[in-house]
Amino acid sequence: MTTTHKGFHLEHVLHELKHYLPAQAPLMDFVHHNTLHAFQHLPFHEALRKAHTTLGYQVYLSVDQFRELHHAKRINDDILNNVIEKKKGAKKTTQWKYKLLHQELESVPSPRIGALRGQWKKVYNIDLDSMVHPNLFRLISSYLDQGISIWHFPIENKSFLEAIKELEKKSWLSLFKGKRAKNMLLDEHTTLEDLLSILVGSHPHLYEQYLFDQQFAHQGWSGMVSTVEDLPQTLLDRRQISLHDLIMLECLLEIDTIDYLLSSGWIGLGNTLENPLPSLLDPIEHSEVMEILSIFQEAFEWTYYDQVLAGIQQESKMPKSTGTKSFQGLFCIDDRECSFRRYLESIDPHCDTYGTPGFFSVEFFYQPIGGKFYSKLCPAPVTPKYLIKEIGDEKKWETDPHFSKHSHNFYTGWIISQTLGFWSALKLFANIFKPSMSPATASSLRHMDKFSQLQVDYDALIQQENGLQIGFKIDEMANRVEGMLKSIGLVKDFAPIVYAVGHGASSVNNPHYAAYDCGACSGRAGSVNARVVSQMANKPEVRAILRERGIDIPDETIFVGALHDTTRDEMVFYDDEIKDEFYVKLHAQHAKVFESALDLNAKERSRRFESINTELSPKEIHEKIRLRSVSLFEPRPELNHATNALCLVGRRELSKGIFLDRRSFLNSFDYRVDPEGNYLLNILKAAAPVCGGINLEYYFSRVDSEKLGAGTKLPHNVMGLFGVANGIDGDLRPGLPSQMTEVHDPIRLMLIVEHFPDVVLKTIQRSTETYEWFINDWVILASVNPETKEVQIFENGQFNPYKPINKQLEHIREIESLLESNQENFPVYLIQQD
Amino acid sequence: MQNYLPIFILIPLAGFLISLVLPKNDERKISFTAFGTLGVQLLVAVLFVANWLGLGAPDWQMTGWILFKNSDYVFQLDFLFDYITSVYLLVGAILTFLVTLYSRFYLHREPGYKRFFNTTLFFYLGYCITILAGNMETLFIGWEMLGISSFLLISFYRERYLPVKNAVKVFSIYRIGDVGIILAMWASHHLWHQNITFSQLKNAELVHEHLQTHSFIGVFISLMILVSASAKSAQLPFSSWLPRAMEGPTPSSAIFYGSLSVHIGVFLMMRTFPFWEHQISIRILIAAMGLITAIIATGIARVQSSVKSQIAYSSIAQIGLIFIEISLGFEKLALFHFAGNAFLRTYQLLVSPSVVSYLIREQFYHFEPRDKTVEDSFSDKIQNTLYLLCLKEWNLDSIMYQYLWNPMKWAGNKLNFLTVKRLIGIFVPILMGIFIIKESNYFSNDWTLYMPIILGSIGLIFVLKSFTQRRSLRLSWILVIINHITIALAISFNESYDSKETWIYLSGILMAGIIGYACIMRLFRLEGKILLNRFHGLSEEHPKIAFVFLLACLGLTGFPITPTFIGEDVIFSHIHEDQFALAAVVSLSFILDGLSIMRIYARIFMGPNSKTHTEFSNRYF
Repeated sequence: MTTTHKGFHLEHVLHELKHYLPAQAPLMDFVHHNTLHAFQHLPFHEALRKAHTTLGYQVYLSVDQFRELHHAKRINDDILNNVIEKKKGAKKTTQWKYKLLHQELESVPSPRIGALRGQWKKVYNIDLDSMVHPNLFRLISSYLDQGISIWHFPIENKSFLEAIKELEKKSWLSLFKGKRAKNMLLDEHTTLEDLLSILVGSHPHLYEQYLFDQQFAHQGWSGMVSTVEDLPQTLLDRRQISLHDLIMLECLLEIDTIDYLLSSGWIGLGNTLENPLPSLLDPIEHSEVMEILSIFQEAFEWTYYDQVLAGIQQESKMPKSTGTKSFQGLFCIDDRECSFRRYLESIDPHCDTYGTPGFFSVEFFYQPIGGKFYSKLCPAPVTPKYLIKEIGDEKKWETDPHFSKHSHNFYTGWIISQTLGFWSALKLFANIFKPSMSPATASSLRHMDKFSQLQVDYDALIQQENGLQIGFKIDEMANRVEGMLKSIGLVKDFAPIVYAVGHGASSVNNPHYAAYDCGACSGRAGSVNARVVSQMANKPEVRAILRERGIDIPDETIFVGALHDTTRDEMVFYDDEIKDEFYVKLHAQHAKVFESALDLNAKERSRRFESINTELSPKEIHEKIRLRSVSLFEPRPELNHATNALCLVGRRELSKGIFLDRRSFLNSFDYRVDPEGNYLLNILKAAAPVCGGINLEYYFSRVDSEKLGAGTKLPHNVMGLFGVANGIDGDLRPGLPSQMTEVHDPIRLMLIVEHFPDVVLKTIQRSTETYEWFINDWVILASVNPETKEVQIFENGQFNPYKPINKQLEHIREIESLLESNQENFPVYLIQQD
Repeated sequence: MQNYLPIFILIPLAGFLISLVLPKNDERKISFTAFGTLGVQLLVAVLFVANWLGLGAPDWQMTGWILFKNSDYVFQLDFLFDYITSVYLLVGAILTFLVTLYSRFYLHREPGYKRFFNTTLFFYLGYCITILAGNMETLFIGWEMLGISSFLLISFYRERYLPVKNAVKVFSIYRIGDVGIILAMWASHHLWHQNITFSQLKNAELVHEHLQTHSFIGVFISLMILVSASAKSAQLPFSSWLPRAMEGPTPSSAIFYGSLSVHIGVFLMMRTFPFWEHQISIRILIAAMGLITAIIATGIARVQSSVKSQIAYSSIAQIGLIFIEISLGFEKLALFHFAGNAFLRTYQLLVSPSVVSYLIREQFYHFEPRDKTVEDSFSDKIQNTLYLLCLKEWNLDSIMYQYLWNPMKWAGNKLNFLTVKRLIGIFVPILMGIFIIKESNYFSNDWTLYMPIILGSIGLIFVLKSFTQRRSLRLSWILVIINHITIALAISFNESYDSKETWIYLSGILMAGIIGYACIMRLFRLEGKILLNRFHGLSEEHPKIAFVFLLACLGLTGFPITPTFIGEDVIFSHIHEDQFALAAVVSLSFILDGLSIMRIYARIFMGPNSKTHTEFSNRYF
């Protein structure tokens, strides 16, 4: 079979497919990313139009939803007028405004994806998906399974397709109904082109379209296979599978099914086409509806941005707290720390807080005691060369017999159901009336034992393990500590205690638990990093080097690692190392400050939760928040990054006086320490993809919870420990469940940098990857002149001045009573200073 | 005391009715009604059972109302309370109470919040009627309610494709169970010549006396009961529906398909145990089926890579063992086993989302590259073959299609030459002719003998056409109505009886038929012509029409909301005990009627909305 297939290049098509398929890793390694990353080379609105037309995704809220927002004044009318005028010119403003608000709109044409393969139903009346998918999904799922099945896939150490071949050869039962597909599978020389020429006929120009139709009929499974192919380490028990294998098997199953159903013979789909179908690659025609939506979208976004920019300009200059600092806290830039830091600062005005990505610039693999694998603790794209080991006594994990596999065999199950069964009723009773921590809970504390030791120092005797250097050498430590401190601008005026606070989350009954943890630590808690960086910064040798480089950490200063559990609003301090009586006392005082801040933070969070009365005292609410995290029946232990909309890169003073309602990532940065923008580049390199990725994943999961989000999590069924599906035969559901995104307003991230516009411009141009985020408007970039507070917006490759239309923002004095007022997003307020 | 038995039906009935009229988005009131109802029920049940135990746990029989009576047939409501009922009552009340409390928060903000609790309460009502029933007729009322509420719970996410498809699939299996019971009732009517209650079955002499003379019909009844119980309890060969029922929110899967619903077959077997106790061959058969189910379901459970299907198959395996226990006469053990299994599987399903973090942690700390399993001792070829068999669920799912529904579709398609116009054009005048001729007594005796089966077969053709109808919705609906009329006519040849009985049967059919037809016409006016070749998902846009049409569908399927439900049994009682062919044809008609109607409902009102979803892309969301 050596037919040439003009117009079809397998490698190219596979590459294209992999590019467009969802790229979400298995649940354990859940890391937020731009769901439509494949379109990121295009400007935002154009990309969305293309994704909508070709792949059929919903990419904006609906026109009705936007009209409702406008009616509720959540889209500012003046801003709407401005956006229309800017896009359509002053003359057409009235006409377009009518279109936006009142005109009946024509329905959007159906997406191009699926049209070719839809011919099976149209012409032959065959429901191919329902015959092929269940078997196909089962085979892939069983092959990839990480530990649900008791009887594993019987063929080991072979790639997927080879394993299937072996299974077919050495079995009395065939996967297929007929001979043809079986023989083709076993024939070494069968190529994908051969299969396609049967299915589609000799129309190579249609092959690509057919494969897109086929794979996007189950984008969840295909995406998972494609991700595991590229990153086999995302499964602890590795598998060799490739998209090519999957497609081969699927085509064979299709041929077999059609052979069976149309035993009297059939011809490939390409031959049945009377009129050519629009191809996926055809140019995207203009659509008025999409344009209307894009105008609404911008107006919706700028309604919020404008308040924020006005707030930054109007904020009364905070009197810079002088005198000695009580303590300094380094937090993750995470939006969930935003309100916590505000409370710390208001309870103890002498403290300072800083934001830096939660891996604290130390990147390594981590191996806990007894762990058989390493887990990566740094942003997902980084591959560390270091290994940090936990040392100490082996721990005993509590086990829960309900997850025991013995209950699934009829003989052991006979005993278990009649003994443990009654215990289950009691446990269920207990969890409903008095929820508590159990082995089923995914707790942030389990990540590392509070009382164990970490091997942070490089040991010349051991040196390496599996190609990783164990521990860090002194100069490696100094580089990392220096990098972190300089990037956040903390180079002098050190307080006696500096806390490095990582964060993690605790939840139960939550397959997406990793999405709740620290994204900068690859979806794990940041406790180890916080401890490691503190130990590094406490080393006299490291401090000596830092002193040479202009950072003078006085001997009176100590660094202490800590972990903030964002679900339970609890903190653990790794304070074992504090020996000195002086510090012990000091720390005890600070711990009290942290505690009251946590209570208040819990109260602020609680306003979004229906089941908690926000008018209770912070202590009472905090108790309910804790219960929530261990309740089996609570699908929203916390709301995670929902409502995120901003990322501020600048000094704390930039935003200290404005109430941002937990919507902002806060990255500390001092332009005076970095006049050239060198550290700024590193910050933006991380902030754009991390914060932008989180923001866009929330955006798309919110606007299309069917195809881009995971839908409601209530019916989810865990497949092979790597994904969730609806029911047992469904497609995998990548993206975020609707419970995480329902309160989220889908707007893009605005990244505000406190530096001179020309420096910012030069900085972003230094990295093409980072530049793409801004030039294509996937993240909106603004600069605030640190001296004049003038705002400039990055548009079409340059910065243009912007004057907020909000003249005077409201002041608030009492945050508590504001919180009790309602559940919705708040506008930006200025915090009244006394 | 026994006269208070209906309280266990009235409490959930009251709760269900209240829940129907509550405002849609008042989560607090809705959930309060649900767990309040269950709380009261649980409390009353505990007190009642305690009192009953104090009195020495007697069997209490309560004769309720006679709904219909003629010379040789009585339809009456009967209740029975004994230790089987007490266990089912307590386990059901505890689990449903806990799960409604659980769902109160779990379903927060879900668009179908009210619908979920309505359906749950309706299910629970059906459950209580079933377990308190004192005779087959009463049990059948509850049985039907369980079926329809299951359909609604599985298709809870009615805007998606797979839940709706699976709901129809499960309903079709349940329908087989329903007809099993109808046939069992029919045969037992001829065996006893009176309405028999479950407590009379406990009279061993009476049973023995009747069975001695009619051993064949005895075996037939037992077999029908076994078929019904196996269908409802997902025993072989019906097992594959259970994992596919796990499409609703996790708590509903947990309580219904993990525990209560799936153990109703077990209940039926225990209830009828005194009847087949002395039929050794049946007992061996039940034990054998139970054993095979246990072994095969365990094999399938072992290869499952999704957590819910694994629990489903393990539960099936345990139920297989319970069947064995019942057949061996260990009823107390079976009850104990039922309770334990129900609690265990409910809990396992509820915590199933936790499996990811738990097992990944276990893997992280205890990973062995390759665990040895029993199967490793088999030779490669046996191992692979068995593995594939288990992975394909022993083809159970496709077998149902291949040998049950496909032949019917095939037959329906073979009748394509009979276009619907011809069918109605030819047969309707003929039917009317027959009716007139019959009324004027022109038929000879020979004709009278064969007319029922001939007409029954014609009726079957009608419904086959309806079932395989791909396009016209209206015709499909009308054909079902004509089928019922044909059956009524067919049986009227059998023996002369009061035409009032025919009208009892047809009154509900006609009423439901007309209401349904009006709904269809209204929809056509609003939406244009709707074809049956795809899902339309219109329930969101026309919730009221959807609700009324659902009631019409239920009426047309003989659901206990119209007199047709009683009429169906009465009509059946006029089929003679030697007319097995007629009984088969009529019961097949009933199965297909139900399927055809639920298919119509699903196609119009459920599935992805045809305006916003193209048919062939991404339906697997």
